[in-house]
Amino acid sequence: MKYMLLFMSPATDGEAGNGCTFEDWIRYDREMKDAGIWVSGHPLQDLTTCTTVQVGPDGERTITDGPFAETREVLGGYDIIDVPNLDVALDWAARSPGATGGASVQVRPVAEVKVEV
Amino acid sequence: MAGAEAAAGSVEAVFREEHGRLLASLVHRFGDLDLAEEVASEAIEAALVRWPVDGVPSRPGAWLLTTARRRAVDRLRRDRGLATRLAVLQAEAERADPAPPADADPDLPDDRLALFFTCAHPALPAQDRGALTLRFLAGLTTAEVARAFLVPHATMAQRLVRAKRKIRDARIPFRVPGADELPGRLPTVLQAVYSIFTEGYAASSGPDLQRTELAEEAIRLARILRRLLPAEREVAGLLGLMLLVHARRVARTGPDGAVVLLDDQDRARWDHAMIDEGRALVLVALTGPAPGPYGVQAAIAALHDEAADVASTDWPQVVALYDVLLTMVPSPVVALNRAAAVAMRDGPDAGLALLDGLADDPRLRGYHLYPATRADLLRRLGRHDEAAAAYRSALALVGTEPERAHLLRRLASVTDDGPDRGCTLPR
Repeated sequence: MKYMLLFMSPATDGEAGNGCTFEDWIRYDREMKDAGIWVSGHPLQDLTTCTTVQVGPDGERTITDGPFAETREVLGGYDIIDVPNLDVALDWAARSPGATGGASVQVRPVAEVKVEV
Repeated sequence: MAGAEAAAGSVEAVFREEHGRLLASLVHRFGDLDLAEEVASEAIEAALVRWPVDGVPSRPGAWLLTTARRRAVDRLRRDRGLATRLAVLQAEAERADPAPPADADPDLPDDRLALFFTCAHPALPAQDRGALTLRFLAGLTTAEVARAFLVPHATMAQRLVRAKRKIRDARIPFRVPGADELPGRLPTVLQAVYSIFTEGYAASSGPDLQRTELAEEAIRLARILRRLLPAEREVAGLLGLMLLVHARRVARTGPDGAVVLLDDQDRARWDHAMIDEGRALVLVALTGPAPGPYGVQAAIAALHDEAADVASTDWPQVVALYDVLLTMVPSPVVALNRAAAVAMRDGPDAGLALLDGLADDPRLRGYHLYPATRADLLRRLGRHDEAAAAYRSALALVGTEPERAHLLRRLASVTDDGPDRGCTLPR
């Protein structure tokens, strides 16, 4: 079963860091790959680089800088892992550098969409 | 239709004892709660048709399990999609848990412990864990579970469906946590069982003060847990706590359904056999390093149950145990109970000072026992006007009718300028 781990940080002015280092993430990444559970994943650049697109009923595009206002939490990156059940997924989430220091990890099962052939 | 539903209800009642065990075995085997529920019900219905004719088999539980398994296999043959999904589940379950523990009776394993941990999984809403435990381990029908938690049938049905969907779609596993995880996972299981008990002991609303059948379900579930986890002292503590409180059930309600507080209860009417059993469990719970909060609460309940009356209760020891409990559970409700015990040890002034220190705690806002406890202490100090105001605050928050009636009587005793009639409650 595939789960997406979404690494969330509180939205703060400037750096949204929780104290963990680049090396912590490298180590975590290696642990997942060594365990044979890592499917895919990326860190994301910070919110100052974000652009939001909406398409209205007439097909008109609205492009705005940044995310919607009142963002309390910022998605800083994600990993998709393939593990037998939620307990194992929660354990990997808890071991990540993104679970401490006020940050949190959201664990969401990936929907397996069946395509009729 | 109503007749068929009633018949199904009585089947559920007859087989309640077998139901949880059967369901847990089926969930373990097939990994699907819905399928397990359906074939467990079918097997029980089949038994009700067959047993009166063929006689009750020598091993009824094994008969039910075999019948239910056959039904499940039939169903899987008919439904290819379901079979494929379950095959994947099974393969992944084996990958996660390659060496299942050997069973003493391979025909009839007891898989209920895994189901307890699923029903009380921290990934499920806290309010649904007790309901799931009642439904799947105590074997109550959805309608009965709805009545237990005083919510409409449709609401409870929806909550159970939603919880089952999360169990299935997020794949909350059916497994007993490993020894390293157990300390983190057991508390939610105990809390789920205790929430059933407290709803039965002190209904949050409604016409009755207590609903003994619900408290008894919780005790039955705790007895199962105690057999399945004999080394866990907090399980002994929880069972002991519930027995020591439930032992007072008859004396807790007056002839007219009115509440009778601990001070005024006729202690001869307490269930002394149940108290003895509870006290033995307290010893188990407190013997060894680092006792847990249920063990300590059970010890407090035991001190009350052992005393001949309120005056001879070992209040210094009660306060000392609340001190310990407060370090484990830093909750304002525990602090409130401690303040009441301090008032018994050192006098109402001392208790009142502690209560005033809790006045600004937002977690006590809306909790009727805070103003009610304060009112009782003010009344004992003869500060009747303040006591009356506090009783009125409590009345604005109270949920059950018997407690409301009790508070009204106490309010009358401090507003009539007459003698304190609080002590002439029905005994």
